[in-house]
Amino acid sequence: MEKARPLWANPLQFVFACISYAVGLGNVWRFPYLCQMYGGGSFLVPYIIMLIVEGMPLLYLELAVGQRMRQGSIGAFRTISPYLSGVGVASVVVSFFLAMYYNVINAWAFWYLFHSFQDPLPWSVCPLNGNRTGYDEECEKASSTQYFWYRKTLNISPSIQENGNVQWEPALCLLLAWLVVYLCILRGTESTGKMEQLANPKAWINGATQIFFSLGLGFGSLIAFASYNEPSSNCQKHAIIVSLINSSTSIFASIVTFSIYGFKATFNYENCLRKVSLLLTNTFDLEDGFLTASNLEQVKGYLASAYPSKYSEVFPHIKNCSLESELDTAVQGTGLAFIVYTEAIKNMEVSQLWSVLYFFMLLMLGIGSMLGNTAAILTPLTDSKIISSHLPKEAISGLVCLVSCAIGMVFTTEAGNYWFDIFNDYAATLSLLLIVLVETIAVCYVYGLRRFESDLKAMTGQAVSWYWKVMWAGVSPLLIVGLFIFYLSDYILTGTLKYQAWEASQGQLVTKDYPAYALAAIGLLVASSTMCIPLVALGTFVLRRLRRGDAAPVA
Amino acid sequence: MLWLLFFLVTAIHAELCQPGAENAFKVRLSIRTALGDKAYAWDTNEEYLFKAMVAFSMRKVPNREATEISHVLLCNVTQRVSFWFVVTDPSKNHTLPAVEVQLAIRMNRNRINNAFSLNDQTLEFLKIPSTLAPPTDPSVPIWIIIFGVIFCIVIVAITLLILSGIRQRRRKNKEPSEVDDAEDKCENMITIENGIPCDPLDMKGGHINDAFMTEDERLTPL
Repeated sequence: MEKARPLWANPLQFVFACISYAVGLGNVWRFPYLCQMYGGGSFLVPYIIMLIVEGMPLLYLELAVGQRMRQGSIGAFRTISPYLSGVGVASVVVSFFLAMYYNVINAWAFWYLFHSFQDPLPWSVCPLNGNRTGYDEECEKASSTQYFWYRKTLNISPSIQENGNVQWEPALCLLLAWLVVYLCILRGTESTGKMEQLANPKAWINGATQIFFSLGLGFGSLIAFASYNEPSSNCQKHAIIVSLINSSTSIFASIVTFSIYGFKATFNYENCLRKVSLLLTNTFDLEDGFLTASNLEQVKGYLASAYPSKYSEVFPHIKNCSLESELDTAVQGTGLAFIVYTEAIKNMEVSQLWSVLYFFMLLMLGIGSMLGNTAAILTPLTDSKIISSHLPKEAISGLVCLVSCAIGMVFTTEAGNYWFDIFNDYAATLSLLLIVLVETIAVCYVYGLRRFESDLKAMTGQAVSWYWKVMWAGVSPLLIVGLFIFYLSDYILTGTLKYQAWEASQGQLVTKDYPAYALAAIGLLVASSTMCIPLVALGTFVLRRLRRGDAAPVA
Repeated sequence: MLWLLFFLVTAIHAELCQPGAENAFKVRLSIRTALGDKAYAWDTNEEYLFKAMVAFSMRKVPNREATEISHVLLCNVTQRVSFWFVVTDPSKNHTLPAVEVQLAIRMNRNRINNAFSLNDQTLEFLKIPSTLAPPTDPSVPIWIIIFGVIFCIVIVAITLLILSGIRQRRRKNKEPSEVDDAEDKCENMITIENGIPCDPLDMKGGHINDAFMTEDERLTPL
């Protein structure tokens, strides 16, 4: 018998750990964006259907596998079939990629948090230019929040080719972020439990994808968490609770995000009107305060007819202010979190307080997800006897954190944000779909659905309802195959991949093509995790052949 | 005769002060934007104050101490409120060079703003850029201070946890070698009395059963 496996102190700790892992930044910055792009409230229909058909069954499956096999992802799948331990390895590789780039977000959150204790907030004013007669040019063309993000935080270079140096400020924050993560995982996973347009096919696909990634399936984190459970705990109940809480957090976050969108849109709209009024007042020397929002159109018409030549001169500079167009600008990802939200915050009363609270929340979400991630990497490592016999738990955690931190310094260089986008878009998407597909097929067909069902019944004392069995064996794998085919064809059809680069002279983003080596890096990212599955299967086959060849003469 | 002289003087004055004339500057006031309800009306008295402030600024420039209010000419006052002004030399035939006027206004911008209860944005001198006040930069950026505090706290916490982990492991390694049963029983009682099992991982009484090793052979080969 091996050493007894550490356990969660109580089932609530396990549920909280899962929630804290599942509820992450994606709930805040991806789900509201998808809602806005695909028809607002009607996006909830494909989302909830996919939750019931795909999310909950797969979450239950992963938790049940972890609880039954009582090992991390590599060990769990080796138990099912030695040829399939490649799935576990692929999970660990993907988790490792995620750990590398995800903590950079926490570093940025720390940076903004530390800068929130100033009056005025540093992203609310533009710095002065060289001879102090005006504001910095780049800041004038863009906005002060964009300037603070692109210039002060990232110090971004104009393209991915220009690497630049490692910026010491974000590097320090990244170091701090990794130290905090190390502090939390130091004692092992058990200490991380904390008190987380209907007809448009794209809406359905995005609903499925969002549920899939939002729950964090396929990284091995859920298997790792569940492996520390008592065998008799009710993982069906836990799966339902975690997925429901994850979805309600997403919906709640969208309500907040939509009100932030509205606030920002109204503010920008009124600002736009004020600028147009000022321009007209100055050009035509009208009385100060004469032009208001209500008579603007009237006066414009009058001026156009009374002074046609002068009006046509100033006409190109007059922007058409529209509240609808402001509301239509939807942003996701780091742009939402660090630009749109900070812009809204800087216009509120007591902005320092809101800023501190907001970035503290981002940090909590980010670190919670990081802990689940590192659990996915550490659990297989500490399970493996070779490694855990030589090094204590603290040293393994420290080593993983150190390596990830060192590689993560790439993301603090001047071109770091472009590499971050590459990792964000490509490191996990395709590989995870494949991993979860192989997981489902492995459990249902290689291990055997009946055998798994009887195991669960023996473990938890409850029979597995027919609904879960139908989903596991049929519907969910088909859905995943569908998603997989869709994404592959999408990548192939769009041809060469492009990215958004920040142009300092224009003060906005421009689209550029990836150079060849970046495309190679993307290919390597996707291949290194997906190829694990066939390669390990092949390796195991060869090893067994060799061993059988050795064993035959002896027997 | 006097009338002719008067017309001549005003004609020259008119020539000197014109929109876009040489050495002329346009001024723009946004009184209602700045003061709202307390806005005052722009009349000839305010114009007189303006001329006085400009003359005052010019007097501070070396070699121009003799500038009088009558040397400052205003023209083209609009509803906005905006107008043009020039500063003439004592002979009233030439205007003072723009560079000198610019310098004088820039140096005394604050006093001029305060005389009218306005600021750099609401009392604009077009083509005379104002010197913006730089943001107050403390010697040590605030964020580094907060970063340092949190960094130290985290390092201390990590060190404490590592040390307690090492101590725990050392205690665990020493226990099997203890022969004293009484002390064992005492320790047991203490842990139970607290109601909290201090060491659920403690395998004091456990043995490793070699018969159940070799997980490679758990499944029959295919």
